[in-house]
Amino acid sequence: MSAYTATVTVRLKRGVLDPEAETTKRALERLGFELEALRSTDRFEVDLDAADAEAAGERAEEMAERLLANPTIHDYDVDVAARE
Amino acid sequence: MIAVVRFGGSNCDRDAVRALDAVGVDAEIVWHEDGLPADTEGIVIPGGFSYGDYLRAGAMAARSPVMDDVRDAAESGTPVLGICNGAQIGCEGGLTPGAFTTNRSARFQCEHVHLRVENADTPWTRAYEVGDVVEFPIAHGEGRFEIPDAELESLENENRILFRYCDADGNITDEANPNGSKGNVAGIVGDAETVAVMMPHPERAALPLLGGTDGRGVLKAFA
Repeated sequence: MSAYTATVTVRLKRGVLDPEAETTKRALERLGFELEALRSTDRFEVDLDAADAEAAGERAEEMAERLLANPTIHDYDVDVAARE
Repeated sequence: MIAVVRFGGSNCDRDAVRALDAVGVDAEIVWHEDGLPADTEGIVIPGGFSYGDYLRAGAMAARSPVMDDVRDAAESGTPVLGICNGAQIGCEGGLTPGAFTTNRSARFQCEHVHLRVENADTPWTRAYEVGDVVEFPIAHGEGRFEIPDAELESLENENRILFRYCDADGNITDEANPNGSKGNVAGIVGDAETVAVMMPHPERAALPLLGGTDGRGVLKAFA
């Protein structure tokens, strides 16, 4: 078994309204920043032990499918890195 | 007996029991960890903020053990009604399609809304006629119904929409849509018409002292 950190990033599907991101964008503009668009995401860093990186990624993907993301409104991706 | 399932953070459980009592239905609060009593004839998942809305509203409660019992009961035909947080839990738990997410306003909204009855041939809406305009309160920050277009179309084709947000005259307009819900959808049924979820609160529109009794028709499904 080796130690990994799986990073799961959950974001709204393209086309799904994100009112909090819109509000944040307007606040940045009020502060004088210029920007085209802003998207917010949730990022989960999961420390886990697995036989290899592929197994760690599969487990994290299942976590996303079953809880961390809601497939009706979310897309997600998983990155796996070795952990010291 | 109707089981009103209480999670940590439920806060409309007692209202539900009292409103059901007002329509002559025997109901009891059931702590989720205790599971459903053997004599459960119907289930209400009440409003509130179960698990503090951690991750997403309803996400945690939807994956709690009692929801396995609720899904089994629903499959065997026991009527199940999810109201507000209960509706979020119902969608998160796969009892009904779609998802309820952040209001278009990005704010918590607590107000009275008008709803148009879309299908009066379900246990939840039999007390009404199609096209009736009823007034229910809403109180939610995450009540915007989201669903892929194709799935909304099948809900419409299968006549599974119970209520849509409308103006006082029953017109389905964007202005009358309090939270940006797709298709102004306020409540739907699951694969079986005995399972329903809705963001507006019928149990808060069941006692005359509280300003109206339009919600009684929904609760009469349990009578």
